Amino acid sequence: MTRQTITTKGGNAVEVRGLVKHFGEVKAVDGVDLDVREGTVLGVLGPNGAGKTTLVRCLSTLLVPDAGSAFVAGFDVVRQPRALRRTIGLTGQYASVDEKLSGWENLYMIGRLLDLSRKDARRRADEMLERFSLTEAAKRPAAKYSGGMRRRLDLAASMIGRPAVLYLDEPTTGLDPRTRNEVWEEVQRMVREGATVLLTTQYMEEAEQLANELTVIDRGRVIAEGRVDELKAKVGGRTLQIRPSDPGELDRMVGAIAQAGLDGIAGATADHDGGVVNVPIISDEQLTAVVSLLGQRGFALAGISTHLPSLDEVFLAITGQKTSEATDAEEEVMDQQYAGVSA
Amino acid sequence: MSAATMTAPRVKPGADEGRIGLRANLRHIGALVRRNALQIKQDPESMFDALLMPIVFILLFTYVFGGQIAGKGHQDAYVQHLVPGMMAMMGMNIAMAVGTGVNEDFRKGVMDRFRTMPIARSSVLIAKIVVEVGRMLVATAILLAMGFLLGLEIKGSMLEFAAAIVLSTVFGAALMWIFILLGLAMKTPQAVQGVAMLVLMPLQFGSSIFTPTTKMPGWLQDFTDVNPLSQLADAARALIDGHGAVAHPTLVTLAWAVAITAITMPLAVRKFRDKT
Repeated sequence: MTRQTITTKGGNAVEVRGLVKHFGEVKAVDGVDLDVREGTVLGVLGPNGAGKTTLVRCLSTLLVPDAGSAFVAGFDVVRQPRALRRTIGLTGQYASVDEKLSGWENLYMIGRLLDLSRKDARRRADEMLERFSLTEAAKRPAAKYSGGMRRRLDLAASMIGRPAVLYLDEPTTGLDPRTRNEVWEEVQRMVREGATVLLTTQYMEEAEQLANELTVIDRGRVIAEGRVDELKAKVGGRTLQIRPSDPGELDRMVGAIAQAGLDGIAGATADHDGGVVNVPIISDEQLTAVVSLLGQRGFALAGISTHLPSLDEVFLAITGQKTSEATDAEEEVMDQQYAGVSA
Repeated sequence: MSAATMTAPRVKPGADEGRIGLRANLRHIGALVRRNALQIKQDPESMFDALLMPIVFILLFTYVFGGQIAGKGHQDAYVQHLVPGMMAMMGMNIAMAVGTGVNEDFRKGVMDRFRTMPIARSSVLIAKIVVEVGRMLVATAILLAMGFLLGLEIKGSMLEFAAAIVLSTVFGAALMWIFILLGLAMKTPQAVQGVAMLVLMPLQFGSSIFTPTTKMPGWLQDFTDVNPLSQLADAARALIDGHGAVAHPTLVTLAWAVAITAITMPLAVRKFRDKT
């Protein structure tokens, strides 16, 4: 089996135009346009209740959109759902594996459902367990897996059929940082091997790690889109945090940075409570420039770190508003939508 | 970006290429039957109802009511009446469990995976039915074994005996579609159970399963006459006893089974397909 090839104009594996899905009064998806180029990762960034999951459910034939169009690998989500299902893999927020079955049995079952012969299904199950480091746990029921193992099994299950397009719906929500890194590594590896991925996330950091391009959505609408570095520049990139050995030097440091007039550096501030100076930067060159400046001026540094803007800061920069948390009524509709699905 | 929204034509899902062939469909059902069977292996307690219910009920009814109905010391005569009736009841009880099972299954993410895979959506439900028919046959076997211990006699031919088992299984399988539909429509397994009990009790007791209907008031007899469980019990009884009218109750039972399946199966599959 080779990876399925995609035939769409313009090399877009996913093309969404004016997609609408309302639940009664709640406009979960309200006219979304987006493209995912073949072989790339599109990050869909947005707060809880922004419509990310509804979007993914429309694109994976679980929901029929109210209006608009969506093509995945050239197939229409409304008119050609069966053909489309042959080309996609889905890993949701909730583990979509059978918890009573062992890891191996889950993968074997999916292989058989994808029309592999018994022999091929067995081989593929072994192969995927090995690849996702689950060989030792192969015989244990998935219910006994840790959160990270279950998510890996879920990814493995989505990859059995070598899908042309993979949807990852908040793949690391609820995972601890170490497990999250494991999942990221797996996703990065799939992308290196040529997968096209649509990833939803609430975390700017995750989007930066995994995505080439980013679509920011809020209340069912796209509010910004572009390459990750473009958006980062737009929101001020990163924050460089410098901790002097002597907390009394915070203000002198801010003064020195302001005086030096480094290219593109403005707005260094002293955080007296935290004992650090915060400097917004957009490039690694600026980081180097600031640190070497402080070195030349003879400041003793105890620590430096950089931080990505949080989702809140991204939203603040793009819309001038804080993230709009879903209202209670919306949450309720979302809950109903997943009434069938609890973690 | 353009905010223009085109209207998506509402096309019936399924009207596209990539129909699933019969062999592929059977393979999918096979894989899903294996899943359901492995679940039972993993959780043997889920077989308790099929294993214990026939034992508990046959003992209860034979010794609590048997003496009253057939006369003290004539419990074995009552067993002859009861066991064919309980074959009908077993089907209904197992079918009810299918409803709660489907409802619980739907609370798991794995259903989303099945519904995004290139398989006929009905195959998930058909696999469930296959496994449940297996459970029903186990329950019937235990019931009959208990019956023989308590004095049940096969007075008709073995062929007629086999026909009684087949008839009650066919009817039970038809009933499962009703409960699958219920399981897909209700929000929680508890709600499914509540509604199911409400339907179950009058149908079971307002029938010829436990007692002959001759001493019931006329209006109730009218009900028991159309109650398919009575018809099934009467048919099974006549087949096992080797005398009594067979053709009429058998035909009525089969008619019910066909009608129930023809109406509720497409509804259940559709509900499953469209469930968000």
